[in-house]
Amino acid sequence: MTQQMTSPEHIEYVLRLGDNALILGQRLSEWCGHAPVLEEDMALANMSLDLIGQARMLLTHAGRLEGRGRDEDQLAFLRTEPNYRNLTLCELPNQDFGRTMVRNFLYSSFQKLLWERLMTSSDAELAAIAAKSIKEARYHAQHSGDWVIRLGDGTADSHARAQGALDYLWPYTAEFFATTPVDDAVAAAGVGPVWSELETAWEALVMPVLAEATLTVPARTPFRSYGKFGRHSEHMGHLLAEMQIMQRTYPGAQW
Amino acid sequence: MYTQALDIPQQNTEAKGPRTIENPAYQAEFDAKIDAGGYIEAKDWMPESYRKTLVRQISQHAHSEIVGMLPEGNWITRAPTLKRKAILLAKVQDEGGHGLYLYAAAETLGVSRDELLDALHSGRAKYSSIFNYPTLTWADIGVVGWLVDGAAIMNQIPLCKCSYGPYARAMVRICKEESFHQRQGYDLLLTMMKGTEEQRDMVQDAVNRWWWPSIMMFGPHDKDSTHSAQSSRWGIKRISNDDLRQKFVDATVEQAKVLGVTMPDPELKWNEARGHYDFGAIDWDEFWNVVDGHGQGNVDRLAARVKAWDDGAWVREAALEYARKHDARDSRAA
Ligand SMILES: [Fe+2]
Ligand SMILES: [Fe+2]
Ligand SMILES: [Fe+2]
Repeated sequence: MTQQMTSPEHIEYVLRLGDNALILGQRLSEWCGHAPVLEEDMALANMSLDLIGQARMLLTHAGRLEGRGRDEDQLAFLRTEPNYRNLTLCELPNQDFGRTMVRNFLYSSFQKLLWERLMTSSDAELAAIAAKSIKEARYHAQHSGDWVIRLGDGTADSHARAQGALDYLWPYTAEFFATTPVDDAVAAAGVGPVWSELETAWEALVMPVLAEATLTVPARTPFRSYGKFGRHSEHMGHLLAEMQIMQRTYPGAQW
Repeated sequence: MYTQALDIPQQNTEAKGPRTIENPAYQAEFDAKIDAGGYIEAKDWMPESYRKTLVRQISQHAHSEIVGMLPEGNWITRAPTLKRKAILLAKVQDEGGHGLYLYAAAETLGVSRDELLDALHSGRAKYSSIFNYPTLTWADIGVVGWLVDGAAIMNQIPLCKCSYGPYARAMVRICKEESFHQRQGYDLLLTMMKGTEEQRDMVQDAVNRWWWPSIMMFGPHDKDSTHSAQSSRWGIKRISNDDLRQKFVDATVEQAKVLGVTMPDPELKWNEARGHYDFGAIDWDEFWNVVDGHGQGNVDRLAARVKAWDDGAWVREAALEYARKHDARDSRAA
């Protein structure tokens, strides 16, 4: 373990990373047994497992930084909604395979950039997690990007569904890049990048794929979401109710 | 390992099965190979009855694997810890993998995965009845691993040496993973038994509900079984239902003692003379009711599979259409 100076911002930054992985991992796990083909059942379970694995490492790390004795499960299952710091995009319902793949593509493209930067974090534990997670994010972006292209440039029906998914999800991506004092403090300590700095590089990753998919990128609107600040969508409470049920019902039990 | 997502099964529906036209010389060669304990491969001649029997057995097994994803999948989003969530998700994913290997083994016999799935979705094909029982508590996840995967292993180990090469090889991989699942299920239960009274009650309740259905997994008593001498000669049914069931009961009762649970059978007791546990009469009406579609979960399980397939139709069509367009473009460009 790194014995370094920490700060509330540092802890929140790591929690935000952990919560993204946790909440999207939870959403993807809902697919298991219900995908369009068996190969996709396997792939979605793989990606969910990768994200749950990331969440475990990140939440464990956040708990140690915090120093209040909270482990991965106490953080994953026993916080109240405003204390989860994931991007709103991660908590939105899967709806259909198209929306699930477009979301995975938008998110994992962003994660690729983030992990790349975090590999040189002054927080050695975080750097090690990033080195492992970047390989996973590359695969997730490749897999979902391939599907975005196939669905966008497939049948008229699949094009309409993929476009609908992009129209629905795109406004939530503004939150990736919303500025926050947490990022400034963390960047000053060399822990990680300010997320707003990644916007240009992210667009350079996603735009060519969306173009190849023959999809139209919506214009930015005044819409804003605030999950990473702790203000979530209506969907989050339901997700948490389901995910937390065992820990809430049997406090203190070992499983 | 990641799977190849681009491999959409509908692309290969053309039947290219083994040669099965009746021929006494071929038949003699086939019989000799079987009797010598050799493997029949997909390219070899085989009697039509052998091919049909295998298609039925392998596809039923494949269907059981994928329908079996549902009762356990029921708890993934509610798993009590992140470690248990990951273990369960990986297990259910393994079951999907077993389905894949088995459909691939069946495809070597000249049927397509799509045809087999159609038989499942239309209700013509069967899958293991055990998956029509509901998973009501988290303890069910442990008990399913311990008893259901445990019974599956007993049934399947003999198949690792069955006469059809592709099936035997699939079974070797599958059995390894099933034993891992069984140990994980048992470990989950050990942890719960060391916990609170409420947790121990939950385990006992799950054992009470799953014990009888799991010993029914071995099928009807030998005297009522339609499995032929033919199947045992072919090595696709090497050990009788009752022998396998006895082996399972003997092993499991000892594990139950270590765990600290009791089986819901007052007649269960060690028989010194036989060197086995005696057990009470199985309720075969219950068994046949579930086989015939009247179990608690039959309708919902099948509906869930059909819904997943129907909801995914547009995705499969899109992948095919994309491939078609791009093949056309590529050949124009060439
Ligand atoms: Fe299996
Ligand atoms: Fe099996
Ligand atoms: Fe299994």
